[in-house]
Amino acid sequence: MSAIATLPTEMVRHDHVASRNAEQIALKVENLEAQYGRGCSACHELTGPEHSTNVCGQCGTVIACADVSFAVRAGRTLGIVGESGSGKTTVLRCLYGDLNPAGGTASLMTYEDGRANLFTASAQVRRRVRNFDMGMVYQHARDGLNLRISAGGNVAERLLAAEWRRVDQIRARAGHLLERMEIPRSRMDTPPSAFSGGMQQRVQIARALANGPAVVLLDEMTSGLDVSVQAGVLDLVLELQRTEGVAMVVVSHDLGVIRLLCERTMVMKNGRVVESGLTDQILEDPRHPYTQLLVSSVNA
Amino acid sequence: MNEAVVSEMPHDASRTQSGTHSGYSYAFLDELTKKSVRRAILKAVAVPGYQVPFGSTELPIARGWGTGGLQVTLSLIGPGDVLKVIDQGSDDSVNAVNIRQLVELTAPGVDTTAATEEATIIQTRHRIPEAPLHADQIMVFQVPLPEPLRVVERRESETRRMHAEADYGRIWVALYEDVVQHGRITRSAGYPVVVNGRHVMTPSPIPKWDVPRLHQAPFLSLFGAGREKRIYAVPPLTDVVPLAFDDYPFAIEDFDGAHCARCGSDDTFLVEVPQPDGSSVMSCSDESWCEARRTERGQS
Amino acid sequence: MSVFTPQPITHGAAGQSSATALPLRVRNLHKTFTLHVLGGKHVPAFHDVSFDAPAGGFLGIAGASGSGKSSLLKCIFRTYLADSGSVTWNLTDGSEIDLVQATDDEVLDIRRDEIGYVSQFLRPMPRVTAIDLAARPLVERGMERAEARERIADLFARVRLPRDLWDGLPVLFSGGEQQRVNLVRALAVAPRLLLLDEPTASLSPDLQAEVVTLIGEARDRGTTLVGVMHDTDLLNRLSDQVIVLDQGRRVA
Repeated sequence: MSAIATLPTEMVRHDHVASRNAEQIALKVENLEAQYGRGCSACHELTGPEHSTNVCGQCGTVIACADVSFAVRAGRTLGIVGESGSGKTTVLRCLYGDLNPAGGTASLMTYEDGRANLFTASAQVRRRVRNFDMGMVYQHARDGLNLRISAGGNVAERLLAAEWRRVDQIRARAGHLLERMEIPRSRMDTPPSAFSGGMQQRVQIARALANGPAVVLLDEMTSGLDVSVQAGVLDLVLELQRTEGVAMVVVSHDLGVIRLLCERTMVMKNGRVVESGLTDQILEDPRHPYTQLLVSSVNA
Repeated sequence: MNEAVVSEMPHDASRTQSGTHSGYSYAFLDELTKKSVRRAILKAVAVPGYQVPFGSTELPIARGWGTGGLQVTLSLIGPGDVLKVIDQGSDDSVNAVNIRQLVELTAPGVDTTAATEEATIIQTRHRIPEAPLHADQIMVFQVPLPEPLRVVERRESETRRMHAEADYGRIWVALYEDVVQHGRITRSAGYPVVVNGRHVMTPSPIPKWDVPRLHQAPFLSLFGAGREKRIYAVPPLTDVVPLAFDDYPFAIEDFDGAHCARCGSDDTFLVEVPQPDGSSVMSCSDESWCEARRTERGQS
Repeated sequence: MSVFTPQPITHGAAGQSSATALPLRVRNLHKTFTLHVLGGKHVPAFHDVSFDAPAGGFLGIAGASGSGKSSLLKCIFRTYLADSGSVTWNLTDGSEIDLVQATDDEVLDIRRDEIGYVSQFLRPMPRVTAIDLAARPLVERGMERAEARERIADLFARVRLPRDLWDGLPVLFSGGEQQRVNLVRALAVAPRLLLLDEPTASLSPDLQAEVVTLIGEARDRGTTLVGVMHDTDLLNRLSDQVIVLDQGRRVA
């Protein structure tokens, strides 16, 4: 049990950790599809890795992702790897509600016991699920943080959205989370615009974890950071994996990050999943030509 | 509106076949306009706190001088109604007088009054009368800025999304930041409230003093913003709860034991009135209430 | 110690077994690598390999280098995905699961609870000290960190890993030092099955002897071992049974 999970019970109003069955599927996605454009009957036929494009040759629609299915158990981490335009970030954006998918289903253990499709829920319900049960770390801090309000305020916003109504408890929780992310309490009331890139990402992580979410989504979270700074951020994520029992989905083009953080990996190209498996298997016995190219191109 | 406009209106009281007066439609607005405003009012009553867009029309007073409230009043008023108009508690300000005169001129059968208890419709700018209001009275508020989220979000498309999804984390975090920086919530006029447990609403720039009077009020409150083209409502017996924290609760203005220099009241909303000698005294903001108290005292 | 008792796991791809003393049954296992980067070149690893590993015994796999020994171990551990055949593992609760067909999550459960793998190469975690790295599987199984570190410290002492390295970063260690961290990490949890790929390759003879003792102790606790060693003498000394691979086929 982490320090986070052992806060006074009245403070952790939406703590799923205790009730979480380790073998429960926290997040399940089936046939997720997202597109830019109207689409036509040929879109599916004419896009994907075999065509080396995600743009439909007939109508010009971009099939950002299609036929994406996966499940993540509580406490486990799935990596999604692929080049830019492969659709990996689109998958996260659809899950977090930043983008409306064209089709498919997503179910969350903490929402209607996983029996309902999140994608067809009302905008208000989706927002509530996002506020209470999900966390997201964006590649760019400016997408995930309000850089003008204080670091503590950024964490507090999630707590307030989840109906925390005592400033002292909010400050205790935000301060604790930021401290775990190695941001001293003395900087809690400073806006993140005054922070380094690595610190901003750590504020994002603290914010994502604020409500003890069932699922945390991490999008290229270390891409913009120096290698030495990356290390510190990755260590904190590793620590959280061990203590929080959350399901994580990590999007990265960096196989080193994937190897470090993810037990399982899904490889995407041109909007489709070309291969998925245990991370060590993907790296040591890749079967799809693209995965082989990817793995042989870097020394992860 | 000004004197010139009023004096240009024909005073011959000749009526047309359709029952209009002075060559104007009854209550100035044509029937279709009134109908569309009433339709917006009905929708506003049905969804408490929700800002209903309406086709705000031109009036013989400038936008920003109470045209929203006036359109609501003109759409509702009919023979037998008694109208009171106040501007920050004063029945005698130029603006209040002009609005009253416009109604007197164009709506035969409507009486005007300064006495709160006699009124059936009370149009107000920035106050609720001190006297208790009844179920058969309607409060019509003139609203300059109807959007409570504007302070945290510039884009209308985004504030509308936030209302639709009940995504109110950011307005809450603004209050949190206020507490962090100032040790208390400094917001005073136009204090944000949650209506019916759903929509965040600004009660127009009434002082905090008046906010609790909207909660479970016996009367109907209608809010009209002419320039911003929005109408919203608080139906009778509806929850109106100020945004506040359990440990930093909402509090009305504290006049520190001061009382009205004219009527001696210490239980009303007081304003500072400058004196010819450069000093100032505290006095009731609601002049008709103050007047009545003085009369009462003079008689006893 | 409860932590050494593998937890029963639930799984989809498993069936009920007849009570068998063979925890691991490999049948007709086949693996060929297709290298698309090299124009679709096929590199056979092994072909039609079958064997049983007796419970609590040591099964040795012998063969020249390139004969497919290491690939076979990796297929059992699912680091490599077999093309055909089955690897039937007998779970603690008596049911069986085919590790070739099992879902990723099931394999992860089994790796956590039942099957360990030691190669001659350590995969250090960045910025994790030797003692914490070796203690990690214990902690993942629920042991307190302090207790886990104590247990690892005992084992580090036994394999004579210099004390000043315990809190060092293994990425900077010599091959022999890394190998000892690896072994201790795997042996500490006493898995029901331990796959050993050249576990003594970089060790001096006296350290080899200590490792042999440790492996013997694991066996005494009931761990089934499958080991690959190029040192035939050592392999014969440790093994209850030896199978021999030659160019990817079982020849003995």
